[in-house]
Amino acid sequence: MTSTEELRPDPASPAGLGPLGWMRWAWRLLTSMRTALILLFLFALASVPGSLYPQRSISPEKVTQYFTDSPELARWLDRLWLFDVFTSPWFAATYLLLFLSLAGCVLPRASVHLRELRRRPPAAPRNLSRLPRHASFAAEGATVESVAAVLRRRRFRTVTGPGWVAAEKGYLRETGNLLFHAALLALLVAVGAGGLYGYRGNVLVVEGNGFANTVAAYDRYIPGAQVSAEALEPFHFTLKDFQASYIATGERRGQPLDFTARLAVSDRPGAPERTHVLKVNEPLDVAGTQTYLLGHGYAPTFKILDGKGQVAFEGPVPCLPVDQVTYTSECVIKAPDAEPDQLGFLVRFLPTALPAADGTWVSVFPGAANPTAQVFAFSGDLGMRSGEPQSVYRLETTHLKPLVMGDKTKPLAVGEKLELPGGAGSIQLTGVREWISLQIAHDPGRLPALLAAILSVVGLVLSLTVRRRRVWVRVGEPGDDGVTTVEVGGLTRTEGGPAFEEEFDRVVTALQSPGAAEAAAREGVRNAH
Amino acid sequence: MPTEVDPGLAGLSDTLILATVLLYVVAMVAYALDLAFGRARTADPERRLVAAGGVDAADAATGTAEAPAAGGEGRERPAWAARAGAVAVALSWLGWAANAGAVVTRGVAVGRWPWGNMYEFVVAICLAAVTAFLLMQARQPVRFLGAFVSAAAALGIGFAVRYLHVQAGPVVPALNSYWIAIHVSAAIIASGLFIIAGTSGILFLARKDGPSRLPGRAELESLAHRAIVLAFPVWTFAVIAGALWADKAWGRYWGWDPKEVWAFITWVAYAAYLHARVTAGWRGKAATIVQLIAFATLLFNLVGVNIFISGLHSYAQVP
Ligand code: HEM
Repeated sequence: MTSTEELRPDPASPAGLGPLGWMRWAWRLLTSMRTALILLFLFALASVPGSLYPQRSISPEKVTQYFTDSPELARWLDRLWLFDVFTSPWFAATYLLLFLSLAGCVLPRASVHLRELRRRPPAAPRNLSRLPRHASFAAEGATVESVAAVLRRRRFRTVTGPGWVAAEKGYLRETGNLLFHAALLALLVAVGAGGLYGYRGNVLVVEGNGFANTVAAYDRYIPGAQVSAEALEPFHFTLKDFQASYIATGERRGQPLDFTARLAVSDRPGAPERTHVLKVNEPLDVAGTQTYLLGHGYAPTFKILDGKGQVAFEGPVPCLPVDQVTYTSECVIKAPDAEPDQLGFLVRFLPTALPAADGTWVSVFPGAANPTAQVFAFSGDLGMRSGEPQSVYRLETTHLKPLVMGDKTKPLAVGEKLELPGGAGSIQLTGVREWISLQIAHDPGRLPALLAAILSVVGLVLSLTVRRRRVWVRVGEPGDDGVTTVEVGGLTRTEGGPAFEEEFDRVVTALQSPGAAEAAAREGVRNAH
Repeated sequence: MPTEVDPGLAGLSDTLILATVLLYVVAMVAYALDLAFGRARTADPERRLVAAGGVDAADAATGTAEAPAAGGEGRERPAWAARAGAVAVALSWLGWAANAGAVVTRGVAVGRWPWGNMYEFVVAICLAAVTAFLLMQARQPVRFLGAFVSAAAALGIGFAVRYLHVQAGPVVPALNSYWIAIHVSAAIIASGLFIIAGTSGILFLARKDGPSRLPGRAELESLAHRAIVLAFPVWTFAVIAGALWADKAWGRYWGWDPKEVWAFITWVAYAAYLHARVTAGWRGKAATIVQLIAFATLLFNLVGVNIFISGLHSYAQVP
C-alpha cells in the first residue's frame, strides 16, 4: 500500500536542537497523517455545539430568548462563543490548523507523485513465488518481448531486463487522491475568499415599495472584511405584487404551496425596467449578486387621526407572523406627531378571522380571506425624544395609558374605523398589502468552490476505484524443444476483494496463449459478472 | 405545480407498504431458517476459496477448522432447509417489488418525487438498502446478511408507518425543486449502502471468534469496506448537491444549519474511517468501531436532527 510506505514516522522530539530544529519538528508534527486525522475529527466535533445552541448568525431571536430564559448560563455560553460557533476564534483555529496541515501534506506529496509518475516499475524481485499471487507454466516460444507486448496491450506500463518483465498499472489512483486533497484545499480557499470579498444583507420590502442596492437600504448588512460600500452592484427594483397560495382543504389545510413575487428590476441606474418573477428556488441574479426570497408577511395599511383631527399616520405597517400555520401576525404603530398626546398601537392582524367559542377572535387560515385587525391603543409619551434607537416592532407600554383593549371586541375589517375614547382620535384599517423579506448576497467564491467540489468528487472516485497493481514475469531459457518456463508474480498495492486475483488469472491465461489473449479477456469479463 | 392528490393511488401505496413490512418479516424468518439449518457455510467449497484468498489468512484457517464443528455434514438436515435460502431470496424480491411499488404509487399520486417528508424518506432508504443487498447477493455469497437487512428494513418501515406517516400531499415551496431529485436521491442511495456496511459492522462485533454460521470476521469487514467505498463518493456528491440547492433556495451554499453540520460530521467520520484503514492500517475492531460511530452520526442526522433540533430543514413534516 502506497500510504503505509510513504507514511512518515512520528517525528521524535528534537533533543538539543536550535529554534530552527524545533520549527521543523513542529511543522512535521503538524503535517503528519495522525495530526491531520485528529484535526479533522476536532473540526467535526467543533461544529457540533453549533447545531445544538441557537446561533446569532442564523436565529438571533432565539439567542435573545436564551438570554431571557437563563441569563446566567447564557452569559457563560456567550463567553465561550457558543452562540457564534462558526465565527469563533477556536473554530477558526481548527480550520486554519487543518488547512496548514492539509497544505503541508498535499504539496510535498504532489512533487513526490510527479516524480513517481515518471518512474518506471521496479525490477523483478528475486523470488517471484514469494509474492501474494504466483503462477508458473511452460510455454512455447515465449520471449521477454512477447510477454511485454501482452502486458502492454492490457495497458500495463512495462520495463524489460534480461529475462524479466516488470509491469505496473493504476497510476490514476495516486493522481485521483492528490486531486481530491488539492481540491479540498482549493475549496477551503474559495470559502475563505468568499467570506472576505463577499457580503450579504437582509431587507424587508412592502408591496408597492422599492429597494436600491446601497448599504443604507439594508435592514441588516454583513460585509466581508475586504468589501467597500462602493462595490455594491447598483441595481434597484420595485415589488409590484406578491402572491402566496395555500392548500385550502383537508389535513394539510394552510400548508403553503407557492410564493410568487413580481419585481420590476433595473440593472443599473437609468437602465430599462424588466419584469422578474421571484420564487423560492429561483433567485434574481444581477451580475453575480443574488436576491433570494426568504419570507413573507402582511402589511395592513392604516390611517390614524389624532385628537385634533389631523392625519398622524398613514401607510402600511409590516407585521411579523407569530404563528406560521394561521399567520396571525403582530405589529406596532407609533404616531409621535399626534396631538395633544402621542398615540401608540399594538395590532394583531388576523388574515382569516373567525370568532372563537370563548368570545375572542382567531385566525384559521394563512391566506387573507377575511382580514381583520385587533387594535390595542395607548396614549402618552412614547419615549422617542430621548434619542435612543427603538425597535419598530416593539412598543414599551408600561408608562402609557391604555385606551382600547381589542381582544374581546369585533376586530376591524377593511374600511372600518375605530374611534378612540375621550376624543383622542381614530384608527382606520384602509387595506392589506403584503411584504417579502429578501436576502441579497454577493459571494465571489461560489463558482470556484463549486469547481473545487466537482474536482474533489472526480478525484475521490478515481482514488477509491482504481487500484495500483504490479506484475512481474520471468522468462527462462528455451529448452531443446523450444519450450520455456514462464514464472509470473503479482501484487496489488491496494486492498480489495477477489478482483485482483481474477485479473491476475486473466493475465496468466493471456500469457499462456498470447494469440487467445483477446478471447480470454472477453471470457474473463464474462466470468467476473 | 400539481396540488391534486389521487386518493386511490395514495391508498394503494399505503396498502403496499403494509405488504412490504409483512413480506420483509416473512423473508427474515426464511433467511434465519436458512442461516440456522441450511447448508453450513464451510461446506461450500467456493466460499472457502474466497475466504482463503481473502484478506486474512488466519480466518481461512478458522474456516477450515469450523467445518466439523458446524456439523452441517454430519447431522441430518431437514429436507426443506435446503430450499429455505432460495425461498427467502424470492420473498425479499417480492417485498422489494411491494416497497418499490409503494414508492412509485405515492410519487404518482402526488405528482412529485416521493421523498418530500420523513415518512417517504425512510421508506425510500429502506428500499435502497434492500436493493443494495439483493444486487450484492446476486453476485457474491452474502445471503447471510438477508436476515439482518430484512429485519432492519422491516423495523425501519414499521417505525415510519407507525410514527412518521403523513397523508400524501404536495410539499412546501422550498422543496419544490428539481434539486430534490438529485440531492435527496443521492442521500438515499448512500444511506442504503451505509446501512449494509453498518449491518456488517454490527455482525462483526457480535460474532465471536471460532465456529459460527456467519462468515469470518475478515469477510464481514471487507464487505463493510466495499459498501463504504461505494457509498462515500455518493454521499460526498449528495452533500455538494445539497450545497448547490441551498445556494438556490436560501442564498448561501453553506450556512451551518444543523442538517448541514451533521451531514458534514457524517462525511468526516466516514473519511476518518477510510483514512484509518488505508493510511493508518487500522483493521478489525478499531476500524469497525469508527465505522459504527460514523453510522451513528448518519442515523442521528436522519432521526435526531429532524425531530429534536429545529433548523431550515425542519419542514420534514414530522407528525
Ligand atoms: C493533512 C491532511 C491529510 C492527509 C495527510 C491525508 C493523507 C492521505 C493519504 C496518504 C491517503 C492515502 C492515499 C492512498 O491510499 O493512495 C489519503 C486518502 C484519502 N483521504 Fe486524505 N489526507 C488528509 C486530509 C483529508 C481530508 C480533510 C479528507 C476529507 C474529509 C480526506 C479524505 C481522504 C479519502 C476519502 C481518501 C481515500 C481513502 C482510500 O483510498 O480508501 N483526507 N489521504
